Amino acid sequence: MGILEVKNVGKRFGGLQALSDVNLSVAENTVHAIIGPNGAGKSTLLNCLVGKLIPDSGSVMFDGQSVLGRAPYEINQMGISRVFQTPEIFGDLTVLENMMIPCFAKRDGAFELNALPAVSQQKDVVDQAMHMLEEMRMADKRHMHAAAMSRGDKRRLEIGMCLSQEPRLLLLDEPTAGMARADTNNTIDLLKQIKQERDITIAIIEHDMHVVFSLAERITVLAQGTPLVEDTPENIKGHPKVREAYLGESA
Amino acid sequence: MLGLDKKDTSLLIIVAILTLLAPFILNPFPAGSAMAQFNAGYPDLMQRFVIFGIFAIGFNILFGLTGYLSFGHAAFLGVGSYSAVWMFKLLSYNVIPAIALSVVVAALFALLIGYVSLRRSGIYFSILTLAFAQMSFALAYSVLSNPKFNLTNGETGLQVYADDPQIFHRDSLPDMPHLFGLSMRSTYKLDIGAWSFDFNVGYYLCAVIMMVMFYLAIRIFRSPFGMMLRAVKSNQQRMNYTGLNPRPYTLAAFVISGMYAGLAGGLMAAMDPLAGAERMQWTASGEVVLMTILGGAGTLIGPVLGAGFIKYFENIFSKINDTILHQWFSFLPDGIEDFMVFIVHPFIGKGWHLTLGILFMLVVIFLPGGLVEGGQRLGNWLRNRGKRSGEAKTKHEPAE
Amino acid sequence: MDAIILQILNGLDKGSAYALIALGLTLIFGTLGVVNFAHGALFMIGAFCAVTVQRLLNLSFQTVDETQKDFLGNPLKVDTPYVEAWFGPEIGAAIIDWSVPLALVFAIPIMLAVGYAMERGLIKHFYKRPHADQILVTFGLAIVLQEIIKYFFGANPIQTPEPSALKGSLDIGLMLGFDPNAIIYPIWRLVYFTFSVVIIGGVFAFLQFTTFGMVVRAGMADRETVGLLGINIDKRFTIMFGIAAGVAGLAGVMYGPLNPPNYHMGMDFLVLSFVVVVVGGMGSLPGAVAAGFLLGVLESFASTTWATTTIPGINQIIIYLVAIIILLTRPRGLMGRKGVMED
Repeated sequence: MGILEVKNVGKRFGGLQALSDVNLSVAENTVHAIIGPNGAGKSTLLNCLVGKLIPDSGSVMFDGQSVLGRAPYEINQMGISRVFQTPEIFGDLTVLENMMIPCFAKRDGAFELNALPAVSQQKDVVDQAMHMLEEMRMADKRHMHAAAMSRGDKRRLEIGMCLSQEPRLLLLDEPTAGMARADTNNTIDLLKQIKQERDITIAIIEHDMHVVFSLAERITVLAQGTPLVEDTPENIKGHPKVREAYLGESA
Repeated sequence: MLGLDKKDTSLLIIVAILTLLAPFILNPFPAGSAMAQFNAGYPDLMQRFVIFGIFAIGFNILFGLTGYLSFGHAAFLGVGSYSAVWMFKLLSYNVIPAIALSVVVAALFALLIGYVSLRRSGIYFSILTLAFAQMSFALAYSVLSNPKFNLTNGETGLQVYADDPQIFHRDSLPDMPHLFGLSMRSTYKLDIGAWSFDFNVGYYLCAVIMMVMFYLAIRIFRSPFGMMLRAVKSNQQRMNYTGLNPRPYTLAAFVISGMYAGLAGGLMAAMDPLAGAERMQWTASGEVVLMTILGGAGTLIGPVLGAGFIKYFENIFSKINDTILHQWFSFLPDGIEDFMVFIVHPFIGKGWHLTLGILFMLVVIFLPGGLVEGGQRLGNWLRNRGKRSGEAKTKHEPAE
Repeated sequence: MDAIILQILNGLDKGSAYALIALGLTLIFGTLGVVNFAHGALFMIGAFCAVTVQRLLNLSFQTVDETQKDFLGNPLKVDTPYVEAWFGPEIGAAIIDWSVPLALVFAIPIMLAVGYAMERGLIKHFYKRPHADQILVTFGLAIVLQEIIKYFFGANPIQTPEPSALKGSLDIGLMLGFDPNAIIYPIWRLVYFTFSVVIIGGVFAFLQFTTFGMVVRAGMADRETVGLLGINIDKRFTIMFGIAAGVAGLAGVMYGPLNPPNYHMGMDFLVLSFVVVVVGGMGSLPGAVAAGFLLGVLESFASTTWATTTIPGINQIIIYLVAIIILLTRPRGLMGRKGVMED
């Protein structure tokens, strides 16, 4: 029984069957990649996992509990954090404040009217956030406006924000899209390090095969809204069906 | 001090000094002189300064922090005034229960309107609040003013009549709003040489309350709650995916700012026991928006500056007339003098709103941070000029 | 039955004004993505075009008529409008009498120019700024425009009567086979309704059947893609803004006889028109028009003595009530599309 169990999920947009009969099981403490050509339904699937979309049919269970019908913030509080394709951070806030917000969310839950004490007096949260910034090697940038950082830094900040919630499942949506090779490799190293240092399950949607084969332990190939194969990276590499799906020709 | 850091403490102290010494500061001209008409240190105007200051501080907690632009805040102000006058009618002229009720009723009202309006964001939210405010205005103006059920007294406005119960009223108490017997209208006149200064009880009550409310606003700005509100403005998507529910945060901000507005309305009634529907009209909501933006939305001191600025110049500009203009330009040759008066004429007196509208547009276009940003830019410019060399890099400090 | 028809007819004139303003607002929303709080001011400027034309036509010179004496026995001074001198008394008087419809001709270039100036001079710079800034700057502009009008025309409403041939009422009940005097309806209201239907039809036809309209519709659906196709969409949007301004202005010109224009009429209509747009569904042109007429008619039903005695003042709040209920049950409005102004 995996930590994330997707059963018979279907989703239709008007005339387009975006997902049909998707089954997926992500085992705890693994890195699981979901790949597929454009329009395969990867993003739709991801949105069904985090509460942005509600599937028409099927079930999505996280750690034995259904996530369907819950708001994104509730699903996050269950232990699923999401990293977006373009980094979603609080651009108007400083880097340190960015890091403190998930720490507050972890400590106080979805809403807490903590309106009188100063932020600086919340030592536990400040320390926790500083600690994570050091781990992400950006403690020196803590007073910068987050929007002013480079794209690579924004990505690291976002991953750090997700990690400071100590999620059990980290979802990454094409985390290296539009990145230069060097930044891509840095991100791969960062993710490897994260995986080594803590018990965390990572599900990653990715286009870049270099990233996928550097990280993944299991790979699911999605094509036309339905899973084609699921196997280890070694087996996927030579799989005829995968090549067919990607290259549009029979091998 | 008081749980604030050094910078905020000095800001609070400056505001406290300015408000407490306002009767001196606003009356710089000797009483009999030609310039005396530009004195602003009379009780009625000073009260308006601080009451609108409170209103704008509260509005800024919502708009400045969360970015939700409400076009209906005057409704809370009006509700506050009506509640206060009802307290005067039923209990007594003591301002404490009146102010307390105005805050409570405004909070409930804001909870209701906020709960509905905050189901939508952006422009929809602005229009919903606008619709609610206009509805409240219509309710106050006509619907809730009929012989069967007269809550607002319609066009005439709600006021205290001799046959009202006023169950706690005693003959020894003043027949106007008072604080345990101390009338809001009692004023001590201090004459020093040619100068004359007014120290009014009502003003000082409002001023003290404004300082407390300003202090609370600083605490809110610096708190985790304040940070969450800024997060709402910055990126709601990220907030949702960080396990935080933006809606109760925004609703809390909405209710708090509604309470500030209610308090301002209650104080207005406490200074002058009358409540009219026009206080709720959407142009009145627009006024507090103007104050906040003009001063600097999202900054602590901005709304207070904006409120003071608008109320001061409203007063001054409305007083200038052509005769005064002719005096000002009398050093010019006749033809040019007349021409200058002709040019300036549309902007003064009744033309104050034209000036205000133009000023407001200029601020939104060129100075989105309002007067506070203007001050900072000016400060930077002066500093750079002082250094005279290009070595200094202008550092962008986050607006306070 | 006749009472119902009467109320529907009564609602049509206000409904027409709502629909015309809301149509322009929606065009601007949809094409430019801008929330224009100054749109009511355009309506008001249109109405004052009629006032101006009326005043121009009434410009007179004085002559002393020796044949007539005033009560002191002095020769009477007579004002003769220039138009009467130029075209002869009869044609001149007719021109003056028809000043409101004539103002349409005068208003079209003025409104297009005002719209063009507004878009190029101000709105253009706000496409990339937050909606709150757009609201604020157009709100400021609305104040400025209305104060300028107030400066030149004063604060009091100014009568702009309809041509005398179109004064009076029709007994519509009689035409429809009801009893005489059951449905009496002022002619000018009928004219206004017909006029707005023509304008609305014209705008829709223009968008539907011209290449220009096609591009604009495509731009409303997906601005970026159309931009990528190499079509100069900005220029077309500028023209669209001019058209929206024109529609609002013409609505204002013709509205004068129904309700004498004053400087704050724009603001009064603006708030309601926004409500109309939201009810109709932001970004939906048919929605705006339908909601405009619907709310106008609803308001008229709520103004009947029956309604106002049951719930006093219901006519004042009905539109807001309906808007709130609709927004809570159908957040996108009656015909709203997904994703419009929802970021």
